[in-house]
Amino acid sequence: MPKDHGIGASIKRREDVRFLTGAGNYTDDINIRGQAYVYFLRSDVAHGKLNKVDTTAASAMPGVVRIFTGADFAGVGGLPCGWQVTDRHGQPMKEPGHPVLAQGKVRHVGDPIAAIVADTLEQARDAAEAIELDIEELPAVVDMKAAVKDGSALVHDDIGSNLCYDWGFVEENKAAVDEAIKNAAHVTTLELVNNRLVANPMEPRVCVGDYSRATDDYTLYTTSQNPHVIRLLMGAFVLGIPEHKLRVVAPDVGGGFGTKIFHYAEEAFCTFAAKACNRPVKWTASRSEAFMSDAHGRDHVTKIELALDKDNNFTAIRTETYANMGAYLSTFAPSVPTWLHGTLMAGNYRTPVIYVNVKAVFTNTVPVDAYRGAGRPEATFQIERVIDQAARELGVDPIALRRQNFIKPDQFPYQTPVAVAYDTGNYDATMDRLIEMADIAGFAKRRKASEAKGKLRGLGVNCYIEACGIAPSNLVGQLGARAGLYESATVRVNATGGIVVMTGSHSHGQGHETAFPQVIAEMLGIDESMVEVVHGDTSKAPMGMGTYGSRSLAVGGSAMVRATEKILRKAKKIAAHLMEASEGDIEVKDGRFHVAGTDKSVAWGDVTLAAYVPHNYPLEDIEPGLEETAFYDPSNFTYPAGAYACEVELDPETGKVTIERFAAADDFGNVVNPMIVEGQVHGGIAQGVGQALLEGAVYDANGQLLTGSYMDYAMPRATDVPFYQVDHSCATPCTHNPLGVKGCGEAGAIGSPPAVVNAVLDALNSGGIKVAHIDMPVSPSRVWSAIQKAKA
Amino acid sequence: MKVTMTVNGKSRSGEVEGRTLLVNFLRETLNLTGTHVGCDTSQCGACVVHVNGQAVKSCTMLAAEADGADVKTVEGMANADGSLSVIQQAFQDHHGLQCGFCTPGMVMSAAALLKENPKPTEAEVRHYLEGNICRCTGYHNIVKAVMAASGQDVSNIAAE
Amino acid sequence: MYNFDFVKPKTLAEATAAMAGEEAQALGGGQTLIPSLKARLASPTTLVSLSGIKEMVGVCKGDDGSLCIGGATPHAVVAAEAAKTYPALAKLAGGIGDPAVRNRGTVGGSLANNDPAACYPSAALASATVVTNRRRIAADDYFQGMFTTALEAGEIVTEVRFPVPEKAAYIKFEQPASRFALTGVFVAKFKDGVRVAVTGASEEGVFRWAEAEAALSKNFSAAALAGLAASADGMITDLHGTAAYRAHLVGVLTRRAVEAAA
Repeated sequence: MPKDHGIGASIKRREDVRFLTGAGNYTDDINIRGQAYVYFLRSDVAHGKLNKVDTTAASAMPGVVRIFTGADFAGVGGLPCGWQVTDRHGQPMKEPGHPVLAQGKVRHVGDPIAAIVADTLEQARDAAEAIELDIEELPAVVDMKAAVKDGSALVHDDIGSNLCYDWGFVEENKAAVDEAIKNAAHVTTLELVNNRLVANPMEPRVCVGDYSRATDDYTLYTTSQNPHVIRLLMGAFVLGIPEHKLRVVAPDVGGGFGTKIFHYAEEAFCTFAAKACNRPVKWTASRSEAFMSDAHGRDHVTKIELALDKDNNFTAIRTETYANMGAYLSTFAPSVPTWLHGTLMAGNYRTPVIYVNVKAVFTNTVPVDAYRGAGRPEATFQIERVIDQAARELGVDPIALRRQNFIKPDQFPYQTPVAVAYDTGNYDATMDRLIEMADIAGFAKRRKASEAKGKLRGLGVNCYIEACGIAPSNLVGQLGARAGLYESATVRVNATGGIVVMTGSHSHGQGHETAFPQVIAEMLGIDESMVEVVHGDTSKAPMGMGTYGSRSLAVGGSAMVRATEKILRKAKKIAAHLMEASEGDIEVKDGRFHVAGTDKSVAWGDVTLAAYVPHNYPLEDIEPGLEETAFYDPSNFTYPAGAYACEVELDPETGKVTIERFAAADDFGNVVNPMIVEGQVHGGIAQGVGQALLEGAVYDANGQLLTGSYMDYAMPRATDVPFYQVDHSCATPCTHNPLGVKGCGEAGAIGSPPAVVNAVLDALNSGGIKVAHIDMPVSPSRVWSAIQKAKA
Repeated sequence: MKVTMTVNGKSRSGEVEGRTLLVNFLRETLNLTGTHVGCDTSQCGACVVHVNGQAVKSCTMLAAEADGADVKTVEGMANADGSLSVIQQAFQDHHGLQCGFCTPGMVMSAAALLKENPKPTEAEVRHYLEGNICRCTGYHNIVKAVMAASGQDVSNIAAE
Repeated sequence: MYNFDFVKPKTLAEATAAMAGEEAQALGGGQTLIPSLKARLASPTTLVSLSGIKEMVGVCKGDDGSLCIGGATPHAVVAAEAAKTYPALAKLAGGIGDPAVRNRGTVGGSLANNDPAACYPSAALASATVVTNRRRIAADDYFQGMFTTALEAGEIVTEVRFPVPEKAAYIKFEQPASRFALTGVFVAKFKDGVRVAVTGASEEGVFRWAEAEAALSKNFSAAALAGLAASADGMITDLHGTAAYRAHLVGVLTRRAVEAAA
């Protein structure tokens, strides 16, 4: 029987009721009396010198409150970068300024030049059209490899180059890797593009800034995954507002996928302008605006070499990657192609030496930062594509080649050659489970059936590993993080026994309001309905780092467990006092405190009431009240892993690929709410399928974004995907957090792109032609062209 | 200009400009913020409401065009006693929503589908929801929820 | 959006009068016009809604046996009401956009806009007559390049007459993002010949593929198309496909349309 309560139960989500009835409270639903609206006049050229921004006529337009330009922010800080990467030569990365409003130059289409605050949005737009602009267009820097050659135009003149950093990892292994490749029996080489993506949470970004003259306090309502981080970055680095005068609220947030982690100019602007205009100031992005102002994701160009010995054992991996930073360094941008990517290059395999080189490049495009998976999908795609190609070149079974090189269950904990040490895993188990789920045995028959219809059919299988539960603060500090990555929780037990958990984790679709209470209910033996989760408000929750990197349960949940353990310890003392028993004899069961071996017990509510009405209470020993806070800092990453299979049918006449079957066998360690976990995997797979078949942000040579709306940026729709088979039964619990959980939010997006592309290539190669690689998104046009080229 | 329409069974009036979109009238004038705006090219469907019984994208219809119409939004979908309707309940039961932003449009489109086609196949559900984009669920549980709401047995649908 | 006056006439005569105004713009279902107004790509002073004109809504059979569709008839209505009389046209209408778009978008709006990737122009070019508040325009004269038609200022598409072919089919290959036609082919076999109209592919908008028409008029079968290839000259190249790909699709979709029609 599946559990119906506590950890492991698929409890229905309580937050659904408000979302299903239209009662959700998203940032755009917040309107403050007297609010004005801001419209950002954005650059329509990729690169240019701002010779003139004349707002005289526009300022006199109806309804205009005030127009701001870069000059108004001269005394204000720029948007900070939260991670400093050190290059191969021990030098810090180049870190150019990132002004709130453009100063002197515009550096990408969408770069904000002026902000028009008016009574209505349409009035602000009218006034924007009356601003006189003189932009001297400069050559756009778009192609990364050209950008780092001598003579390229410079995105930032003051740093003298478009190279942000040239990173080598592990630099000490470079010679050994070169040697291994030289001596290899076989080397497979691939050149790969990890296509640039736009995260596209369905809720566009919104912010509302408010200022109280009475108290000199600021409040920012914003669509953020981490309101505390925004408070710290914006308060300390941009606007100079101390944290105790600044409240940041992220109410219901309509999806994030990484792009709502970062601190954006619009947030700082609305907060700043609320005081400057003495009115609340609201900004709601249109989708078109989101495309040119939300940080994009991925955008790597990589050459990977895999060396094998004569027995097909992997002996080395060497990669060279160009990673696009865009025009400015977004909050965590430098960490994505380095520490979130290079450290994962061992994958699920025993490759003894690995060398990763990453050149991060500035271009005249929207900044690029973390998007679901962040670095780990790029690593997985390279490894799993090159293994498949090696298998094809060597004429061996791709699953067998993987198995042969797996880290075996008895080898954990496993120290990889790329710094991280995996605590647990069983890659053979997930592969076995996958083979069964995906009915790989029946594939040949299904392929025949497709071929009888004039179609091709392909099967793609791959593994993935990710590092989640981000992250041990002391470690990331050494790697360049300018923040700690702990999480916090306050567990407040009220007199009548109800509990409020205030967490620094933020839920924007992950169901924390349902899953977190399951953990506490399990620990205390009470009903979930007695526990309420409060998040997303810096005035309520203790300092927290927010939700990304599949960290909420592993880190935030662990903080909650620690705080609840403190509650339990104190509650046991109170119960022992009430029953005149020894504290060591108290046991908790079904919401009651029992004296072991007797029939004496008191109810949870008796204890909580005593804590707040301490008439009969050990006041000499403990304080009244029952509220505890814990900060949890993990000692390692967690390492979810799994095996994915995709089966496609391909129409060789049109190039159209359809996903016929998709199976995912994941090891997430322990699982609190299987229903929610499966939903996370479904969504991740769809995003991975989107990357593989549909999505791609494309700039032309002039830096114009060709995919600036849903008319050209292809979002996965219901017709593009099948029902998925997902399974998480092969669990090897994490050994270093109290819940044994690993995190599940990104797995689907990490594991699925290579499965899809491997399947497409399997289909193409079954049709009597040889195709080594095809770039994502694998559009019908690209497939058709690949077929023509192979036939020619 | 003044417009008057029946919204979720009640007559509602308000002043609008020619350019006022139906979604703005609903969200800003009537404070019915359940209807969302997720794009500006009439693709995403977060704004779907029913006008005279038909699903329409309220971000691509002028409020003035709905003058005199019967409009239903997600706020009007629950049962009279406030409990979730069959479709809403199916979305909760089958985890057909995550962040909830596309959900109002999904519910309204699903209701329109089931009115036209009370027992849709999987393919029919997917096809009908082509104008509603969800970024969270991968559609799996949405399709499952809509089929369940139509009274079909979904217990054998791939994977639990 | 720039602001505008909104009028909703009840009769065609009132609409014609309203359209006489300076910078007046007819509003069909608005499924293309409203997004472009939102992007401030147009600035009409008056928007004349056609949705309240009863005489412009509906599907009926004309004296000559053709299917007469009121200019303000939504795609969903055509999809339902033409299903028996002209299934290929009903299928085309039922495949435009998505259900919510089909409940608002109209045939008149689609033809007046003449988007190079829209579906309706292909069916219209394959046979129809466009009726306006002033005159009748044969399809061959009506379409004049992408977003360009024979319509004059103040002219409203009141009706579109589709002669019903013996056999017909429309096959659309969707552009993956917009779901408009990356290429779409409408094949219609009439007593006196075959029409093959192609949308989505050409820089000149919808066009007739004369070689295929000639071949199919002699022998209405997929075999008749053997060896025929549409020229890539003048075809659209964009991030969704090259000119060569679109030209190739024209051939594939034409053959499939013939097979579907047969």
